[in-house]
Amino acid sequence: MTALLEVKDLQVRVEDREILHGLTMTVNGGEVHAIMGPNGSGKSTLSHVIAGKPGYEVTGGEILFKGEDLLEMEPDERAAKGVFLAFQYPVEIPGVTTMNFLRTAVNAQRKARGESEYLVPDFLRKVREVAASLNIPMDMLKRGVNVGFSGGEKKRNEVLQMALFQPSLCILDEMDSGLDIDALRVAADGVNALRSPDRAMVVITHYQRLLNYIVPDHVHVMSKGRVVKSGGKELALELEESGYAQYEDAAA
Amino acid sequence: MNVALAKTTTGAVLDGTFAAARGRLPGVGTVAETRQQAFDDFARTGLPTRRIEEWKYTDLRNLLRDVAPLAPTPDQAALAQAAKMVETLGTGDTQKLVIVDGVFAAGLSDLTSGGGVTVHALSAMLDDATSATRADLLRSRVADPMIALNAAFATDGVLVDIADDAAPARPLHIVHVATRPSVAAFTRSLVRIGNRARVTLVESFVATETAKAYQAHDAVVLWIGDDSDLQHVRVMEDAGDAANIATAIVTVGARTKFNTFSLTTGGGVSRYQSFITMAGVDSELSTNSVHLLRDKQHGDCTFVIEHAAPNCLSRELFRAVLDDRAHSVFQGRINVHQIAQKTDGKMMSRALLLSDEAEIDNKPELEIFADDVQCGHGATIGALDDSLLFYLRARGLPEKAAQALLIQAFVGEAMESIVNDDLRDVAISAAERWLESRA
Ligand SMILES: Nc1ncnc2c1ncn2[C@@H]1O[C@H](COP(=O)(O)OP(=O)(O)O)[C@@H](O)[C@H]1O
Ligand SMILES: [Mg+2]
Repeated sequence: MTALLEVKDLQVRVEDREILHGLTMTVNGGEVHAIMGPNGSGKSTLSHVIAGKPGYEVTGGEILFKGEDLLEMEPDERAAKGVFLAFQYPVEIPGVTTMNFLRTAVNAQRKARGESEYLVPDFLRKVREVAASLNIPMDMLKRGVNVGFSGGEKKRNEVLQMALFQPSLCILDEMDSGLDIDALRVAADGVNALRSPDRAMVVITHYQRLLNYIVPDHVHVMSKGRVVKSGGKELALELEESGYAQYEDAAA
Repeated sequence: MNVALAKTTTGAVLDGTFAAARGRLPGVGTVAETRQQAFDDFARTGLPTRRIEEWKYTDLRNLLRDVAPLAPTPDQAALAQAAKMVETLGTGDTQKLVIVDGVFAAGLSDLTSGGGVTVHALSAMLDDATSATRADLLRSRVADPMIALNAAFATDGVLVDIADDAAPARPLHIVHVATRPSVAAFTRSLVRIGNRARVTLVESFVATETAKAYQAHDAVVLWIGDDSDLQHVRVMEDAGDAANIATAIVTVGARTKFNTFSLTTGGGVSRYQSFITMAGVDSELSTNSVHLLRDKQHGDCTFVIEHAAPNCLSRELFRAVLDDRAHSVFQGRINVHQIAQKTDGKMMSRALLLSDEAEIDNKPELEIFADDVQCGHGATIGALDDSLLFYLRARGLPEKAAQALLIQAFVGEAMESIVNDDLRDVAISAAERWLESRA
C-alpha cells in the first residue's frame, strides 16, 4: 500500500540557511501523528514546505503524497488533491467575507478535481451544519475572513474549513497556541470528528496538553531540523516530564 | 482665426478641422460665436502639455498627439450595433438616454417626461433660436483647454431638468456608445436638479467591436439645489486604445448630499476631471473613484473641490489597481474659501501595484483661507500581500483567482458606496470583467 505522505531525507534552506537537515517520516491513512519540539526546531517550516509556501528552497530529498511528487505541484493543486494546513497564524483578509471565501475555495478545489460546483443551497446547508458543531455563529461568517476574530475563533475557522474541504491529510500547526481550555476542547472535538480511516492528521505542538484531546498514534520529536526520536503516544508524556533539553543535546 | 496658434496641436491644422466641422455643429448666431470663442481659447494652448500645471502628469500632446476628426453622424447600421450594446449593459430599469458617436439617438432613448423630469437633446436646444440663453449651454465657469475644446465641438448630449421635490423612480442613465474607429465625439450634458429632489444619475461609456482608437470628449454640468440628494455612478469601459477626456462641473446647494462613484477600466488614455463647488451650507460630498488599468493604459482622476460655504464635509477616496505598465494619476485639490468655516475635507489615495513597471502619481493640494477647518490627505502604495496570497492558494485558489479575490476586496469598499443594488452590481460586474480578462 502506498503511504499517504512520505517525507524522505528532506533538506530545506531559507535565505541560504539550512533549516531542515534531512527529515524523514511516513504517514499512512487513518493515522494521527504528533510532531513535538522546541521553538525554532523547524516544525512550521516542515508544514509550510508540505503546503507549498514560496520562499523555501528544497536542496535535497523528496515529498510524496499518495505516491506523487508533491514538490512539483502548485499550492492550490496540493489543496485540491487533499493537503490541508491549519495555519499557526491564520491571516486576516479584510473585504472578503468568510462565506464568499469558503465558497470560492470549495468550488476552486472541486473544479480542479473535475467535479461540478456546489449548488448554493447545498453549500449553505453544509456550512450551517459544520458551523453549528463548532459553535461558530453564522454572523461571524458574514465578516471579513478572520477580521476581528479572537484567537479561538480563528482556529475554529481553520477547523471549519477542514470539515468543508474534507482533505485526506490535515496538518495542524500549533492549533493550541493562544487557546484557553474550553476553546481548545471545541476545536479538538472538531478535529476528532474528522478522524477517519482514509484521512491522516499531523498535529504539530509544543505542548503535550493538546495530545490529551487529540490522541496520537505516533509521536515524533523534532530538534534542530531533524526528527530525533519517534515512538507511541507515551513519548509525549515522557517529554512532559523530562523536557526537550536532552534532545537538543542529541541533535547538536 | 489665428492659424499659427491653432497649429500648436503638434502641428495639426485643427482650425481646418473646426472650419470643416462647423457646418455640422448645431446652433447659429450667439451659439456659433460662443463656439468660436471657445475654439480660440483652446487654440491659445492647443492640447495641454506637462508645462501646464493642471496637466503635469497627463501630457495630452504627447499621449493623444492630435484631436481626431469629428465622427460622422451614425447611420442605421451604427444605431443597430449601438442598440445591441445598450441591451447588454445590465443596469436594470433605468431611463436610458443614448448618445451614439456623439449624436443623441432618440430612437434608442426613453424620452418619457413626467414625475418632474424633463429631457431634451442638447442639439435641439442649441438650435432653438427662440431661446435667449442657448449659448449659456456651452459656457462654463472653469477655464481649461479641454473644456473649451468640448464647447467648440459639442455635437450633442442631453439637457435634463428635475423639478423641486421630484424623486424619479428610475435612475437617469446617459449611455455613450462609440461605433467608429479613429474619430472624435464631443458631447455635453446639463442636468439641473431642483430643491428637495432625490435623483440617481448613471453614465456609461461603452464601445462596439468596430470602435478602435477613437476619442470621447465629454462634459457634464450639474446643478444640485438645496436639501437634495444625488447619487451618481459613472462606469467607463471605452476601448483599450481609445481616449476618454471628460469633465464634470458640479454646483452643490445647501444641506444636500452628493455621492459620486466612478470606475475606469477602459481607455488607453483617460482623464476624468471634476470641479465641484460646495456652494451651500451643511452639505456632504463623497467621491469614490476606482482605476483598474493594465498594459500601457494611462488614467487620470482629477478633483478640484471648492468649499465656498460653511460647514460642509467632503470625502474623496481614490483607489487604483495597476498591472503591467499602467500609469495612474490622482490629483486632488481642496480649496477652502474664507467664508467656509467648519469645513471637513479629506482625501485618500490607495494604489495596488501588480507589476514593478506600473506607476502612480499622487498630487494632493490644500489651499485654506478659513481658520476653523479640518483638512487632510493621505496616500498608500503597495503590492498584494504575499501571506494573504499564500493562504488563499493553500485553500485551493489558483494564483490569478487568489489575486482576483484580493483585488476585489481592495476595491470592494468603494463599490459599497453605491447605494442602488443594480448599479452596484453593474460596477462589480465591470470590475469582474476586468479581472477575468487578466486571467
Ligand atoms: N522566513 C524565514 N527566514 C529566516 N529564517 C527563518 C524563516 N522561517 C523560519 N526561519 C528559521 O527557521 C528555524 C525554524 O523555524 P520554524 O520552522 O518556525 O520553527 P518552529 O515552528 O519549530 O518553531 C528558526 O530558527 C527560524 O528562525
Ligand atoms: Mg511554528
